[in-house]
Amino acid sequence: MKFDVPASTNPIDQLKVVGQPIDRIDGPRKTTGTAPYAYEWHDIAPNPAYGYVIGSAIAKGRIASIDLTAARSAPGVRVIVTANNAGPLGRAERNTARLLGGPEIQHYHQAIALVVAETFEQARAAAQLVRVDYVKARGSFDLAAAKDSATKPTGITTGAADTAVGDFAGAFAAAPVQLDATYTTPDHSHSMMEPHASIAAWSGGKVTVWTSTQMLDQSRGDLAQTLGIPKENVRLISPYIGGGFGSKLWVRSDTVLAALGARAAGRPVKVALTRPLIPNNTTHRPATIQRIRIGATRDGDITAIGHECWSGNLPGGKADGAVNPTRLLYAGANRMTATRLAVLDLAEGNSMRAPGEATGLMALEIAIDEMAGKLAMDPVAFRIRNDTQVDPENPMRPFSRRAFVQCLRVGADRFGWSRRNPRPAATHEGRWLVGSGVAAAIRGNVVQKSAARVRLDNRGVVTVETDMTDIGTGSYTIIAQTAAEMMGVPLDKVLVRLGDTAFPASCGSGGQFGATNSTSGVFAACLKLREAVARKLGFNAADAVFADGQVSSGARSVPLSQAAGESGLTAEDAIEYANLDKTYAETTFGAHFVEVGVDALTAEIRVRRMLAVCAAGRILNPKTARSQVIGAMTMGVGGALMEALAVDKRLGFFVNHDLAGYEVPVHADIQHQEVIFLDETDPVANPMKAKGVGELGICGVAAAVANAIYHATGVRVRDYPVTLDKLLANMPDLTG
Amino acid sequence: MRSFTYERAGSPAEAVAAAARTPGAKFIAGGTNLLDLMKNEIETPMHLIDVNGLALDKIEATPEGGLRIGALVRNTDLAADPRVRRDYGVLSRALLAGASGQLRNAATTGGNLMQRTRCPYFYDTNQPCNKRVPGSGCGAIGGFSRGHAVIGVSDACIATHPSDMAVAMRALDATVETMRPDGSTRTIPIAQFHRLPGDTPQVETVLAAGELITAVTLPKPVGGTHIYRKVRDRASYAFALVSVAAIVQRDGTGRVALGGVAHKPWRVEAAENQMPRGAKAVTAQLLMGARTTPENAFKVPLAERTLAAVLAEAKGDA
Repeated sequence: MKFDVPASTNPIDQLKVVGQPIDRIDGPRKTTGTAPYAYEWHDIAPNPAYGYVIGSAIAKGRIASIDLTAARSAPGVRVIVTANNAGPLGRAERNTARLLGGPEIQHYHQAIALVVAETFEQARAAAQLVRVDYVKARGSFDLAAAKDSATKPTGITTGAADTAVGDFAGAFAAAPVQLDATYTTPDHSHSMMEPHASIAAWSGGKVTVWTSTQMLDQSRGDLAQTLGIPKENVRLISPYIGGGFGSKLWVRSDTVLAALGARAAGRPVKVALTRPLIPNNTTHRPATIQRIRIGATRDGDITAIGHECWSGNLPGGKADGAVNPTRLLYAGANRMTATRLAVLDLAEGNSMRAPGEATGLMALEIAIDEMAGKLAMDPVAFRIRNDTQVDPENPMRPFSRRAFVQCLRVGADRFGWSRRNPRPAATHEGRWLVGSGVAAAIRGNVVQKSAARVRLDNRGVVTVETDMTDIGTGSYTIIAQTAAEMMGVPLDKVLVRLGDTAFPASCGSGGQFGATNSTSGVFAACLKLREAVARKLGFNAADAVFADGQVSSGARSVPLSQAAGESGLTAEDAIEYANLDKTYAETTFGAHFVEVGVDALTAEIRVRRMLAVCAAGRILNPKTARSQVIGAMTMGVGGALMEALAVDKRLGFFVNHDLAGYEVPVHADIQHQEVIFLDETDPVANPMKAKGVGELGICGVAAAVANAIYHATGVRVRDYPVTLDKLLANMPDLTG
Repeated sequence: MRSFTYERAGSPAEAVAAAARTPGAKFIAGGTNLLDLMKNEIETPMHLIDVNGLALDKIEATPEGGLRIGALVRNTDLAADPRVRRDYGVLSRALLAGASGQLRNAATTGGNLMQRTRCPYFYDTNQPCNKRVPGSGCGAIGGFSRGHAVIGVSDACIATHPSDMAVAMRALDATVETMRPDGSTRTIPIAQFHRLPGDTPQVETVLAAGELITAVTLPKPVGGTHIYRKVRDRASYAFALVSVAAIVQRDGTGRVALGGVAHKPWRVEAAENQMPRGAKAVTAQLLMGARTTPENAFKVPLAERTLAAVLAEAKGDA
């Protein structure tokens, strides 16, 4: 179905099943360990050999020679794949560096070989016998040093390289109150629980790969291109995924090497990336340097706002779109953004949860806090004053829905913001300095084509098939809810099958577009199925009522099982979008409120409570949506307080490349989290009238934490993460 | 991981005899650190002697009024022992500040003393590390060194010892009991047990090859307020940036040992004379001669401020 006008009343509006806080239907399988993940298909791909990936020991240069003699004769070894024997390999456009390096080395831990053996332990032991001689080349590893060489990028995670409205320079210079500050964010690692993993099995010229990917159809094409075989000869299966956060949007070395290893070994091969390999072998959120300038009247009206961002990547890589949120969030007649990209020879920078907005708001929402301080205005009031109901770059373009002010007001009320002493470093509780901070959240609603097939059988069971993925988000559940609502059946009469390229191609999971587009695709397919049912029964589809497992029209009522008949009924369709997302700015909004305690002596920081208020259209399942936002808030705290890949600027790699060195928050870091969803629908977005929340939840969180730390201590840190060493020098001396 | 042979020893004498006849052997107890190191071939023992069956898992009172802790007492059990909680609170608190419940269930008293640094260059076999490959250089000096040592360092190594338990034991003047390959025993004051890196950072303790820790003895309780304060970036399951083990008496005198700052638990008895004068005075002497990197220089003021927090807590001010 083509979605070209805003949705009117449709069966989803009944909200008998959609919108209910239903437990995950895949929960029992996951909690009992019976949901097979990528590395666990022992029964379907029997007797696999095990592949162990060797990563380059240098950051840049070439392999002079590689000696496999000892490794080849090690116990259990079957084959060793290197660039020398892998045959010609293509490179998908979505991969910046080659997934099997050699002789040229593009980054540290770039895969250079796969050792395949009878057991994992044998493969690992043999891998340590591979001798490689490298010729090192000089590389660029320091973003600050490379900043001045940055150029206009050809690719950005989102947005354009330069934007300009009005006369920014003139308006900024003339503004009576000005802010000009630079902020930095470090490289981040996704740190999902399940590592990248694949099992590959060939049959003739066709390969099946059980893998862990967010995007099946796209990855199917990219793997085919890399292997140089037709897309039809690749099947990917990925029904359960242990987190991705953007790291599994792309085909990575595990998938390609499993396929190459299996082809060479003549039997299934399984490959998982070891944790220490992941940060340097795969992708990461790139570090940024951001300059923000804001000019305002003394009354607090923004007259000029400028945001520039520098990031780095391998040649051909994308720039971080950090300036993107600044284009839509606040009013101001004179505006500019600029995005520049430097060449860095670190691993590939790419999408991680809310790419662009996450980094951009880390900076922008501190800047707004600083500006409110300069104006002696309450930071909530300053944001409300500069709200805009139209796209500030194009005042003819309204927002489909924009409840930003309501998010701030509801949040301030629930958080108890009015009880806050506006003076920084003024609130003490025992050894703790206490402060609170606020930040805005904004993240786009991305529309993507998404297809599904639905089948009704003679037991009245509705089976949904789509290659959509559930990366821990709840896709199974909301898709089941959608089909149940559309077909008028209880949830236990819906069977959802996901994650197989044999099914119709979906939007996949990413960019918080998965829930809305995949359910809209199911909506479209169900509409077709309803028509087929009605047609078969001679009903007028428009006034047939689907409820309680029956379809009724006038006085006639027929069980769906009977309508399906012995052969059943099948329908397939896709949601496709016209240009409503151009006519309207489709965006989700939120406000984050955070209270922290900072130890007056040690400057240890603990988050005492967090509140997120989200306006994201209809919430399809408040329970799974809340889990998404809670998780995103937690990840935001990680970005605020501890997450940073440490770059060794001499040797050219991320040093703390495991979960002992790269710390993410634990329960003890955050005492209380609360999420409020505003009651809202957005009929402009899609027939579900819903928008995504999985990334909105991280947007702005880190700045809210940083602002709370400033409020607690009076120390402003513009260099993430805000760790205690950055506070200590400016903390009061109480040591005696 | 390299292939290795394995045996279970039935007594300390059997264990050290096995070590004596098998060059390149290592003892294994909880294995929480050694197995990771073996998987990455940072440790490559040819032979493992499993000492879990040695019946060294008791905590007994000593005739001197102290406690003798068997080398195989698990960290969880040691932290929970009522005598430890009552008389050596700093030790119980230090143990509970370390690792996770699962690791503490497996980790032993002897093994905790023997754990190796968590320096990331030590763990990455592509990188230079004088501790892993003597003479290969130090990646951390001039590199990522935020967590590294600030005192007692050398040009060869700035790694820290990661243990919390050992820091409390240093404050308690524990002694380490061992059995040597010839079956003789000795006791080593914990102050002398761990070494500074010097030119041989690969040599971390004074133990001879094949020498087995059999127990750690705590002297008679000294009373006072026992505090272990561990400062880190996240609230749990992280190594210390700085930790303070302190025993503070009512008159303001006491003992202080630091973790996270050196290649061994760091204590300077002479500095403790300054305790009644406060944290600044103590730390000035305790960390005199500190040699920092731009990334870890904060540890010196952090140590001072953490000690100030501990002294305030001991006084009941916080």
